[in-house]
Amino acid sequence: MNRIIIALLATLAFASQAQAGIDESINAFTAPIAQFVGTVVFFKISVAGAQLPLVVLWLVIGAVFFTIYMGFINLRGFKHAIELVRGDYADPNSSGEVSHFQALATAVSGTVGIGNIGGVAIAVTIGGAGATFWLIVAGFLGMSTKFVECTLGVKYRTENPDGSVSGGPMYYLRKGFEERGMPGFGKFMGTFYAVGIFIGALGIGNMFQSNQAYVQLNTVAGGALDGYGWLVGLILAGVVFAVIIGGIKSIARVTEKVVPFMAIFYCFFAIIVILLNFSSLPMAISNIFTGAFTGEGVAGGALGALIIGFQRAVFSNEAGIGSASIAHAAVRTKEPVTEGYVSLLEPFIDTIVICTITALVIGTSQVADPNFAGDATGVAMTSAAFERHMSWFPVPLAFAALLFAFSTMISWSYYGLKGWTYLFGEGQMGQTVYKVIFCAFVALGCIVKLGPILDISDALVFLICVPNILGLYFLAPIVRAEMEAYKAKLETGEIRKFA
Amino acid sequence: MSENVILLAIDGSTGAERALAHTRRRAELGGAKVVVAYVIEWSPYSFNTPEENAERHSRRESEIAKAHDSVIGPALSYLTDGGIVVDSIVRHGNPTETLIAVAKETSAAQIVIGRRGQSGLKSLIFGSVAGNLIQTAPVPVMVVP
Repeated sequence: MNRIIIALLATLAFASQAQAGIDESINAFTAPIAQFVGTVVFFKISVAGAQLPLVVLWLVIGAVFFTIYMGFINLRGFKHAIELVRGDYADPNSSGEVSHFQALATAVSGTVGIGNIGGVAIAVTIGGAGATFWLIVAGFLGMSTKFVECTLGVKYRTENPDGSVSGGPMYYLRKGFEERGMPGFGKFMGTFYAVGIFIGALGIGNMFQSNQAYVQLNTVAGGALDGYGWLVGLILAGVVFAVIIGGIKSIARVTEKVVPFMAIFYCFFAIIVILLNFSSLPMAISNIFTGAFTGEGVAGGALGALIIGFQRAVFSNEAGIGSASIAHAAVRTKEPVTEGYVSLLEPFIDTIVICTITALVIGTSQVADPNFAGDATGVAMTSAAFERHMSWFPVPLAFAALLFAFSTMISWSYYGLKGWTYLFGEGQMGQTVYKVIFCAFVALGCIVKLGPILDISDALVFLICVPNILGLYFLAPIVRAEMEAYKAKLETGEIRKFA
Repeated sequence: MSENVILLAIDGSTGAERALAHTRRRAELGGAKVVVAYVIEWSPYSFNTPEENAERHSRRESEIAKAHDSVIGPALSYLTDGGIVVDSIVRHGNPTETLIAVAKETSAAQIVIGRRGQSGLKSLIFGSVAGNLIQTAPVPVMVVP
């Protein structure tokens, strides 16, 4: 056993030596593919000087449509969502099943990630302060998309012989279109989605996360980990392996418990920074509003800011991509629409609360000192904004980033697994194969340069929102009917609060 | 309170066995009906992985089946041997709160529970179900040592 480990380490050490060569050949091979896929998926049209990717337009139109079609459910369903999460409507006889709170918490730890810390900084760098405004608007509209997705995720899930459940867009696309008399098309869409989520799970749900975690650790360590990417990758892969294959639930459980506290810890200190920058706050807020409509200094003006804001919001809260509905589908409820209500809160927490706080940290720091971050962007920029007041903060921030990355990897390993089992069946052997592949990619994420590989995965994740949202349009009447029936039951008192 | 109902809370411990024996004697003397309750500790506010959530339903079923087989079943047969009318409830939740809810639902006249005999520090940190019941139950609580 020891000999195997030594051999493995030697191979990896050698691999990192040969890494430059491998990187180049991988790049040479994947770059043209990435470029092609990227151009197709992010096909841009020129509108009044701004570059508008069609796929972003597709997501925005969907979100606006669902908001109107569902009668502003994102506003009007908010109070009911809180009541459901609080357990006001939970039947004590079904206690022990997955609660609404648990489903929401699981989905939120899948979406809250590096994007909430670093993605916002990127949005502000490219799109100016005004991008924040559109980010919030996108989060608000995304709440309606989530509502539709997650209701369908529960309604059309499949119960496996062993009593576990599988749900998500691949299932509602297939069964939904089947119901509407288009079984062939439904099958195609379901398969397409499953392939997309599987590859996405290896990219943005895996390599991107492990890579960013490594970069953060290395920054905090002052570059001491240069060239040790293979080691960090191996350790991370080992921990992920222990959780998803070894079934060591305790690690996962600890992470799932720590992540919410990290999120609260992050928001707490972010608010302190905002308060320390208090004199800059009015100016920062006014910048957000004026920037949103004038787009000063932004390529493409106000429209440019809008595009960046929307793009980053989708990256962060995944509304329209459908991934969260895989997690939400685990809830056991007689009324699928209740899970839709609960899922409204996800973009709210992720985008409207956490992203806005990050944006204000950066915005107020910029007002106080326009060059506070130098050339840094992404996580490093956010880190610099904290560092102005708390020199010790980058270390816990790196730790938080590591945990966020880890919990996102665990969640996405499950999303990818569901894509895999949809394609290849629920067999244990196949699941183990998938999990081994997943772990290998965790290590790989720390070793190879990400550029083109990430571009492909990024593009594919955005590509799966095409069948997903198309499906949502077709199935939206079903969701609306469910919603109306549910509201009627609430009014007549057929469904009421327990004690 | 038309019926004479005793709610017996058990958890498979030796304290619960003593409580069971005591309840049988009481019920035989007073002609009471006994509801045997087993609460599986569970919180709706925990944080789980997606996989745990997906398997939750089947795990719940097996937890309930196991409780019936290994804890509730033997207790029920022990009581029916004494000619006592019995009923049983297995439920997930916070033990104290759930037992109080069950006591209300079954209109129990009293709750009988065994004592674990935990040390001071342990019960200070984790609390004790018997202790909490004494403080908050709406009906008399009998703690069997």
